[in-house]
Amino acid sequence: MLSIFTHLATWLTYDLMGLSPTTRLGSAIHFFIEDTTKILFLLVAMIYVIALARASLNLERVRAYIQRKNRLLGYMFGSAFGAITPFCSCSSIPLFLGFTSAGIPLGITMAFLFTSPIINEVAVIMLWSLLGWKFTIAYIVVGMAVGIVGGMLLDAFRGERWLKDFAAKAYQNATRNNDPRTPLEDIPEAPKLTLRERHHFAKEELKEIVGRIWKWVFIGVGLGAALHGFVPDNWFAENLGSGQWWNVPAAVFAGLPLYSNATGVIPVMESLIIKGLPVGTTLAFCMSTVAASFPEFVMLKQVMTFRLLATIFAILLTNFMIVGWIINTISPWLFTGL
Amino acid sequence: MTTVEVLGTGCKKCVKTAEKISAAATELSLDVDVIKVTDPVKIMEYQVMSTPAVAVDGKLVHSGSIPEHDQIISWLTP
Repeated sequence: MLSIFTHLATWLTYDLMGLSPTTRLGSAIHFFIEDTTKILFLLVAMIYVIALARASLNLERVRAYIQRKNRLLGYMFGSAFGAITPFCSCSSIPLFLGFTSAGIPLGITMAFLFTSPIINEVAVIMLWSLLGWKFTIAYIVVGMAVGIVGGMLLDAFRGERWLKDFAAKAYQNATRNNDPRTPLEDIPEAPKLTLRERHHFAKEELKEIVGRIWKWVFIGVGLGAALHGFVPDNWFAENLGSGQWWNVPAAVFAGLPLYSNATGVIPVMESLIIKGLPVGTTLAFCMSTVAASFPEFVMLKQVMTFRLLATIFAILLTNFMIVGWIINTISPWLFTGL
Repeated sequence: MTTVEVLGTGCKKCVKTAEKISAAATELSLDVDVIKVTDPVKIMEYQVMSTPAVAVDGKLVHSGSIPEHDQIISWLTP
C-alpha cells in the first residue's frame, strides 16, 4: 500500500521535474518527496487513531497505578507509561513534583521522564515505516532499557539526597506515612467518553502534534535526503571501519550538542544505517540527541541540585554507550539484510 | 473581583490560556485579575500534574489543556 508514495515520488521527480535517477540531486529529491509524503500521511492517520484510544488516560490514574507496583515493576511501568502517556516536556516539572510528593521513588519518576522523549507514537510510526519492525522493536527495547536502568542506578546512588530542599521535603512527608499511596476512593474514575468527545480530543491532539512536529519532519528528512544523495553508500564502513570500540562514545558525544526530538533524528538514522554506520552506533547517537537535551536539564534545575543533574547526565551517557556496544555486538544476528 | 490563576511553567500554551481568559473577561466586561503562576512550589500545592491549569479564587477548575471558550465563561459567571 505504501508503494504509492514511491510511485508519487518517481512521477514527480523523474517525469515532472525531468531529473535522472542516477544523479545525486535526483536521488536526494526522490528520497525527500517519498519520505515526507509517506511520513506525513501515516502520522495524520495514526495520531488520530491512537488519540481516540487514549482520550481517557490521565496522569492521576497513571500515578496511582505506579504507586501500587513493587519497586522492580515500578521502574518498568514508570518507563512504559513514559512511552505511552501524551506528555509535553513543559509539564516535566509539575509531573516530577506530583510523583515525588506522592512518595514515588526518584528513580521511578526519572524512568518515566527518561523514556518519555525517546518513545512516543510519532517515533514508532516513523521507525516502522522507514526501517521496518525489527528495528522498531530494538529501538523500543533500548529506549525502555535506558529509562529503567537509569532509574535503578539513580536510586542505587540514593539520588534523592540531592533534590532541592522543597522537593526533598515533599518526598519525605509522603514516605513518612506508612502507606503513601493515594487512597482508592481518591483516584478519579476513568472518564466515560462518548465517541463525539473522543473525536474532539483526537482532533485537538492531531492539530497540536502535527503543528509542533511538521517542520521537524522536513528538517530530518531533508538532512537524511542530503546524506542519502551525496554520501556514497557504505562511506561510514569504509572510512570509520565497522565498529571500532571508540566509534560509540564518539557518536554519543557528537549527538550531545545536537538537540532534536525523535521526529527529526529518525530519518537521519535511516540514512546513516544505509551508509554503513553500525546499528548500535547509530542508536547511541540518536539516544544522545533525543534524551540528553539541554533545555530539559535547565528545567530540571528547578527541582534538582547541580550534583544530581551531573549524576543523571553521567548515568545517561554511560547507558547510551553500553547500549551502543551491546547492539553492535549482537546486530549481525539481529539485522541480517538491513 | 475574581482572581484567576493560570498555572504552568511558562510554555506557549499557558500564555495562550491566560490571553483567552483575559479576552473572555473583557467580552463579558467583568473585573478579572489574571495571574500567571510559574513557581513550581505553588503548582505542587495545587496538586497539578499537567499544565496549563486554571484556578479561580484559589480553587482548581481545570488542568491539562487550553480551555474552551464556553468553559471559561462558565467559570467567570457564577
